[in-house]
Amino acid sequence: MSLLIYAHKCVGCGKCLKACPFGALAMVNRLAVVDPDACTLCGACIETCPVGALALPERGTGEDDLSGYRGVWVVAEQKKGVIQGVTFELLGAGRELAVARGADLSAVLIGHSVAAAAGVLIERGADRVYLVDDPALGVYLDEPYSRIVARLIREYRPEIVLTGATAIGRALIPRVAVEVGTGLTADCTGLSIAPDTGLLLQTRPAFGGNIMATIICERHRPQMATVRHKVMKESSPEPGRRGETVKIALREGETESRTRVLEVVEDLTSTVNIAEADIIVSGGRGMKGPENFALLQELADILGGAVGASRSAVDAGWIPYSHQVGQTGKTVQPKVYFACGISGAIQHLVGMQSADTIVAVNKDPDAPIFSVADYGIVGDLFQVVPELIRQLKP
Amino acid sequence: MNIIVCIKQVPDTTEVRINPETNTLVREGVASIINPFDLYALEEGVRLREARGGKVTVISMGPPQVEAALRETIALGADEAVLLCDRAFAGADTWATSYTLARAISRLEHFDLVICGKQAIDGDTAQVGPGIATLLDIPQAACVRKIIEISGEAIRLERMVEEGYEVLEGRLPMLITVVKDINQPRLPSLKGKLKAKKAEIPVWGADALEADPERLGLKGSATQVVRIFSPPARGGGELFTGEAAEAAAGLIAALRKAGVVSAGPGSSS
Repeated sequence: MSLLIYAHKCVGCGKCLKACPFGALAMVNRLAVVDPDACTLCGACIETCPVGALALPERGTGEDDLSGYRGVWVVAEQKKGVIQGVTFELLGAGRELAVARGADLSAVLIGHSVAAAAGVLIERGADRVYLVDDPALGVYLDEPYSRIVARLIREYRPEIVLTGATAIGRALIPRVAVEVGTGLTADCTGLSIAPDTGLLLQTRPAFGGNIMATIICERHRPQMATVRHKVMKESSPEPGRRGETVKIALREGETESRTRVLEVVEDLTSTVNIAEADIIVSGGRGMKGPENFALLQELADILGGAVGASRSAVDAGWIPYSHQVGQTGKTVQPKVYFACGISGAIQHLVGMQSADTIVAVNKDPDAPIFSVADYGIVGDLFQVVPELIRQLKP
Repeated sequence: MNIIVCIKQVPDTTEVRINPETNTLVREGVASIINPFDLYALEEGVRLREARGGKVTVISMGPPQVEAALRETIALGADEAVLLCDRAFAGADTWATSYTLARAISRLEHFDLVICGKQAIDGDTAQVGPGIATLLDIPQAACVRKIIEISGEAIRLERMVEEGYEVLEGRLPMLITVVKDINQPRLPSLKGKLKAKKAEIPVWGADALEADPERLGLKGSATQVVRIFSPPARGGGELFTGEAAEAAAGLIAALRKAGVVSAGPGSSS
């Protein structure tokens, strides 16, 4: 298979050459030609062609009849019976999609003694909760959870399934997608229904946030997507809201697992998880040593935020890896990101440039961090941060 | 212990940008690198082999130039490498990629452990590792930061979760995806470089995998990119100057005005 180029349409403008991320296109005798070994069929060139001379080869047909799939599902995430915030955000996003499709919004809840949490999901907008409650399901395990979600999807045939892009969600839902044989789009920052086709338009960052891509799953169902925490708006609770709870009986062998959790150890160095924090105060090489991170912690505590770090601070051993923001660390999207003594290497920027507001404090006025900052102070962080603390302190 | 490490060659994302005027990807000078997370996967495999004997086999799906990346893994301690390369693989989404890699793994001789990086830095999906585990019907552990112990078929490890980490026990054969915390990858040795130069890297296509052509590449992909565009531009930020106290006051006032920190002194939470 390779890219289709309609030579009779090609005008030799060369726009497609610039669009190709893989250098697979060339101009020969004023006609576009493709190197099939270099072309990955990514499709980046297709839309740039002003004359419609490029096309992707015919795709697989998938299922013929997709009309039997109906409704929007949210796979709820609970820990110790407490529904996690990301689930309310998915219910918020899911409601809009359900309205656009004229369908119901349902939640899947798996756990042990979680019946009360089903009521919470209904108050937050679920019309129906598929409840799977069993002592063997108290702690999340990849195999039983994915087996059960896949079985429910096959049985009830939802059109759209949303899951949080959390440690649990990202381990669970790729398994489910493979089991039911459909597509999955990770870390969507935008979800909407195409008015003409009714398809789910899934928009996500790629290449570390340098590029946004809109993805569809045209011929397979359900259309599945994960969404990071804090990206969508939570649905608000409506006390007394009515909904249906469907108790699901387990089948033989469904709770079997070849792994088991021996212990969950809470990391005491971070009271707030940076991927979930609304405010992050990060430090880099300019912090000069591990002891100075206490300063950032103090500022973070006042603001109700968490402490992050650049790779150089982590590599120097000043702060654990769980705090690292950037390409080989975590990608974060807080409301406010304070970068203190961080020069702003691109590997760091790709992990935090989607923050709503970026504040930079750095001695070097030419530091690249200022190019993404909404607010900046050129100065010594050891003077500026204590001032911020002093002035913000209650 | 036989270990399979899956790697991906990725564009160095630091260089991928959209030209704001033409709205197309700027590709000039974009270098290809081994996905950084996969280097931790490889290092962990090599360490396990050094401690326990056996073999490390690296596989990668991609265009012919991925051979260079596979040679690099041999310089870094891998024993063997296989390139999965066929025009039929092109355009694969995570579903088709998982299928292709799983087919290849099931054609290799007996394995105990499959190690993947947590995610690739170009797509950031973290979907292929769990996809392979599901297709091979083996247990998995994602985001592993430490292998505590392997004894017989039992493996104990630490996996990162939001609130800290889980201690997980599983049974080999198993698939794990690893994070940066797990080790510090070595540099290539001279001996390794020589070995890499001479190594034969077999190339397997769709036929060698006895794969279902309907599940490969673009044809086997359920998802499809319909549009790419630049994220909203940033920059043009406001700078606060002067003495620390003055600059801090200016910043706090601006943050309050923008409603991003609580409005009045003492009301922050």
